[in-house]
Amino acid sequence: MSNDVSTRPADDLRGSRRRAHPLVGYVMARLGISVLLLWGITVVTFVLTNLVPADPLAAVLGDQAAADPQIVAEYRRQMGLDDPLPLQYWHYLVRLLHGDLGTSPQTRHPVAVDLAGAFPATAELATAVLVVSVLLGVGLGLLAALRHRRFTDQVIRVVSLLGVSTPMFWLSLVVFYVFFFRLRWLPGSGRLDATLTPPPHVTGFYTIDGALAGQWSIVANASLHLVLPALVLTLYIAGLLVRFTRSAVLDVLAEPYVTAARARGLAPRQVTFGYVLRGALLPILTMVGLAFGSLLSGAVLTEQIFAWNGLGQYAYLAATKLDLPAIMGVGIVVGVTYITINFLVDLVTGLVDPRVRLG
Amino acid sequence: MSDVLERPGRWTRRLAPRGERSPWRQPLAVLGAVVLVVWLLVAALAPLLAPFDPLEQSGDRLAAPGGAHLLGTDSLGRDVLSRVVFGSRLSIPVAVALVVGCLVVGAVLGALAGYLGGWVDEVVMRVADMVLAFPTIILAMVVAAALGPSLVNAVIAILLVNWPQYARVTRSLVLGAKTREYVVAGRLLGAGPWTSLRRDILPNVAAPVLVLATLDVGSAILVLSGLSFLGLGTVPPTPEWGSMVADGVQQFDAWWIGTSAGLAILSVVAAVNFVGDALRDALDPHTRSTVAGRAL
Repeated sequence: MSNDVSTRPADDLRGSRRRAHPLVGYVMARLGISVLLLWGITVVTFVLTNLVPADPLAAVLGDQAAADPQIVAEYRRQMGLDDPLPLQYWHYLVRLLHGDLGTSPQTRHPVAVDLAGAFPATAELATAVLVVSVLLGVGLGLLAALRHRRFTDQVIRVVSLLGVSTPMFWLSLVVFYVFFFRLRWLPGSGRLDATLTPPPHVTGFYTIDGALAGQWSIVANASLHLVLPALVLTLYIAGLLVRFTRSAVLDVLAEPYVTAARARGLAPRQVTFGYVLRGALLPILTMVGLAFGSLLSGAVLTEQIFAWNGLGQYAYLAATKLDLPAIMGVGIVVGVTYITINFLVDLVTGLVDPRVRLG
Repeated sequence: MSDVLERPGRWTRRLAPRGERSPWRQPLAVLGAVVLVVWLLVAALAPLLAPFDPLEQSGDRLAAPGGAHLLGTDSLGRDVLSRVVFGSRLSIPVAVALVVGCLVVGAVLGALAGYLGGWVDEVVMRVADMVLAFPTIILAMVVAAALGPSLVNAVIAILLVNWPQYARVTRSLVLGAKTREYVVAGRLLGAGPWTSLRRDILPNVAAPVLVLATLDVGSAILVLSGLSFLGLGTVPPTPEWGSMVADGVQQFDAWWIGTSAGLAILSVVAAVNFVGDALRDALDPHTRSTVAGRAL
């Protein structure tokens, strides 16, 4: 891929700048930024959860115990809450680097254990949504751009705009009501029927674990449970991607090299896939990375209705109960995931497009 | 659609005459504008339009739509239509205020970062990156939960997480503009950096930022009502669309509560997006890459 790309739109105009491995510098720079961002996230979560005016003690200890100064003082001493903030942060960071995210006062489990249980649930949902949304979103966006201002384009535009305008929490409710409560076509809550036991834990994805264990009934059931929440999220994410793909492709269509390719007599299909889609691929890829953030946000709302015990539900419980270690844990996990995905996107972008890594 | 012969070919979009991109050539934009105006009127005239007091019990509990209560009543016997009508007084102005807040904070920081460069740029953009690495709603949830559920706190929470996108866009636009001839000429004519930024640069980068803001009003309504839906925004008994949907979850058989509120949100947000989309097409066909993409 990286060999023939130099004869393509992403032509390396600075070929004279010979260095041993330009990619190494680029990767190191991106990696450095990612690490910096990760550190920043620990600071942001720490500051946010510590400078808040509300006192979490009442939420942790209960009102009665929180009224007893002796209990409060003892608790504060035990948790190191009397130390100066920078020191508290330092302790927090050291524990974090050892994989210790603290213990949730709410669930009384280590936060890391809670998160390890919740993460695969959301990841499975997110993966399903992302795969379908990318296929649907990029396909329809490309189609809309090629049929610019014609009927197909208008229809796709309206549908995608409605998709990004629909409140996900409401759509979840509607879908839940219609397909589960009224029609009984699809399961509406949880990841598996209550009568089934989850497959042996390998990846935490019930569909994959079920397949690995050869329990096909589990795979089928878990897939059915995925349909409704994934449908709601897909409408939004695919809508985002359609809109973005459409304008990215329209931009590329206006490029002279596309006109040149057509003038050379290449078949429309060759032009579309070899030149247009290829030229638009990198901005689309970047957008997919960013859309992941919206996906996680959407999951918070959707998981509430479909009783999907993933990160979103955990975050919601943690936030409403002022469970600080859990909130910080969710912040870290979500931040790390988001940064990792965007680092990978940057990496692929740099690999494919010399303008990015040298510019 | 009627002038088939004049329609630009698919490869020659950029050659289309300016008028082709006029928002009034797009029926959807007009529809969106009409819906928006209707909602603004509803919000302005809410006390006249609402048949009942949105906070008072005015009928049987959970009465189905029809009769005196066009959209039925909720679990406390309050008129759903009146609550939807009064909800517009809350959601729309608050969303606009929120976007204006984000716009001011983000544009000022972004303009400074882009214009001054150096460490200011580094600091502002790195902080923006960190904030952007959190999904909006999780950070907003933390802030709203910590400060306590209230509309003001929800707005503060979203303001905290939403300014970076304006900072980014403004910064990249200012970066592009500050080396343009007219800016350089202004400096040579004796304009100081502040005058240059204020008089030469900002007016020329305003359009794309304002388009972004228009489109953002829709998402602001979505996020605000989402937080209220989670119980982290407005507190009962305030009539608010998001919390009405949450009521709908509680009262499952009374589908009309959630449906009405949800359709209200959907229609406003879609209207804003239709109008914003047309504006973007009309004002600046190049905005897309800077608005949605990150600076690579």
